[in-house]
Amino acid sequence: MAIPGQQPLSHLEEFMEGIWKQNPVFVMVLGMCPVLAVSVSAVNALSMGVATTFVLLCSTLLVSLIRNVVPKEVRIATYIVIIATFVTVVDYLIAAISLAVYEALGAFIQLIVVNCIILGRAEAHASKNPPLRTAVNALGMGAGFTIGLFALGSVREILGAGKLFGVALFGPDFQPWVVMVLPPGGFFVLGAWLLLFNWLKNRAAGSAGKLAEGGAHG
Amino acid sequence: MADISAGQIFLSAVLANNFVLAMFLGLCPFLGVSNRLATAAPMGAATTFVMLVASLCAYGLNWLVVHFELEFLRLISYIVVIASAVQLVEMVTKKYSPALFRALGIYLPLITTNCAVLGVALFQTAREYSFVQSLAFAIGAGAGFSLALILMAGLRERLNLARVPDVVQGTALALMLAGLLSLAFMGFAGLGAGE
Amino acid sequence: MNGAPAVVATSSRAMVATLALVATLCGILIVSAYQGTLSAVTANKRVALERAVFKVVPGAVSVKEFVAGPAGIAPAGGVPAKDTVKFYAAYDAAGALKGIAAEGSASGYADVVRVLYAWDPARQAITGLGVIAMRETPGIGDKIYTDAAFLANFEALDARLDASGTALANPIRVVKHGSKRNPWEIDAISGATVTSKAVGRGINDSAQRLLPRLAPNLDQLRGN
Repeated sequence: MAIPGQQPLSHLEEFMEGIWKQNPVFVMVLGMCPVLAVSVSAVNALSMGVATTFVLLCSTLLVSLIRNVVPKEVRIATYIVIIATFVTVVDYLIAAISLAVYEALGAFIQLIVVNCIILGRAEAHASKNPPLRTAVNALGMGAGFTIGLFALGSVREILGAGKLFGVALFGPDFQPWVVMVLPPGGFFVLGAWLLLFNWLKNRAAGSAGKLAEGGAHG
Repeated sequence: MADISAGQIFLSAVLANNFVLAMFLGLCPFLGVSNRLATAAPMGAATTFVMLVASLCAYGLNWLVVHFELEFLRLISYIVVIASAVQLVEMVTKKYSPALFRALGIYLPLITTNCAVLGVALFQTAREYSFVQSLAFAIGAGAGFSLALILMAGLRERLNLARVPDVVQGTALALMLAGLLSLAFMGFAGLGAGE
Repeated sequence: MNGAPAVVATSSRAMVATLALVATLCGILIVSAYQGTLSAVTANKRVALERAVFKVVPGAVSVKEFVAGPAGIAPAGGVPAKDTVKFYAAYDAAGALKGIAAEGSASGYADVVRVLYAWDPARQAITGLGVIAMRETPGIGDKIYTDAAFLANFEALDARLDASGTALANPIRVVKHGSKRNPWEIDAISGATVTSKAVGRGINDSAQRLLPRLAPNLDQLRGN
């Protein structure tokens, strides 16, 4: 987020924002619903990440292009319509590419519409920045989101099914932790990842800074 | 799916397939507004009301888009209707209970982007529920959401009194709690299985 | 809002114009995406359907969709009318009717379990089972498609009509593990009784509605 009065970031920094400093999953804790719901396997998590990135990129790009002509009063309505459009497009694209993925993700593809990351990015970034910068930022955010989803999905698949990308990793004696692919597992694994990130952040900041509480809406 | 009774759908949406704890819908307000019991209950009520309105509208809209074979407009029309319903609730709260309006703050307009509301509309369409079934589903989803929110708020109020290590503070702790709640709610599975 | 120029007073005409413009643009985008992917989506659905049906009706190479209503059977198409049951007729390479596949669903342990079963007109029996969708507990409920002993129930599950032709002679029932005595009973999986029962109930409900309408019209399917 460009704080007024701050030096504009270089494009590389803008890209890295989403992956590290403002990672939507681990730092901002945004868009949690799809993160937890579809992350039972690595493939699902990756497809969801790519679909979200596509919607994020296209809609923020369009928002950025028309940012100077949209009156302030109707901007949120405009953004929602634009986002819903691209989600519908993605919905059809996924069904055309792979029906198996489409059925595995189910209603969560359409629920991308209400993913706060996208509306948040459109409002906080795309409406104030030129298209190129917006695109770079959106790509970074999308990548960060995908990485987060993948981190969650792979851990849950490895522990809950003993597989990764459907390939069995352990011998037949491995007893899967079934709870990991069930709903509680999603909460636990994400909680554990957040713990890890908090710990890293705390260590980096030394004992000086009290860690900023992640604003949770997603 | 004409053979599932409305009561069964209601029970399943409240407990066995609780929207928040089993389906992961509406996590945003679940983690955001569950700090205090006093705001959790009205938030649950407001969301339930929006769900009900959204469900009714979605039922009508779905009939329209199917009738005119415009299925590709379904999502867009749902989201526009939900946004309007939220606006309505917002205006009503602002007029009749300004204190509550301030307490709910940013989370009130955010009901629009609450996946649980759109989820109700999308799931009832996907499962081809009848009118009565849709109503039961929407009320059940709202009740389930409120239940989860209130339980969580109660837990978090107690936790404020506990000494928690710095690393675990905040969202990580909330997620772990939610995991435990979700584990408990798994015990309700099987309720929907009639014989 | 350093990007938005007209912050002072925006005329409602400008607002409406913007919304209309955006809506038009979005409409074009959606419709072109819909048109562009329509053929691929239809083809995908077809492939998925064929794969599912061929799995429960071995030896079949083509499949046609039908609906069975009170007035008889007709090829599926358009918006399905009320009180009809959809089913699939599977044919082998020579064009002979290999079997019928239909969907059954009932609430299981966690959510609705949807199965596809095959019915053999010659043997008057259910001869195959596939699972379309379920959210049952992994490792327990998913035995309905991994447990060989359970699937053996569906090699020849009796489903003949009674003398009047309006219902099954013997309703399909799920019985406790190890107590199957009759060919119309399904031996439940021990430890996953609720899910097993959902499968049986789904098949029974669907077969009770479909078969009485289907059986008198079988020749119509063979003629194809």
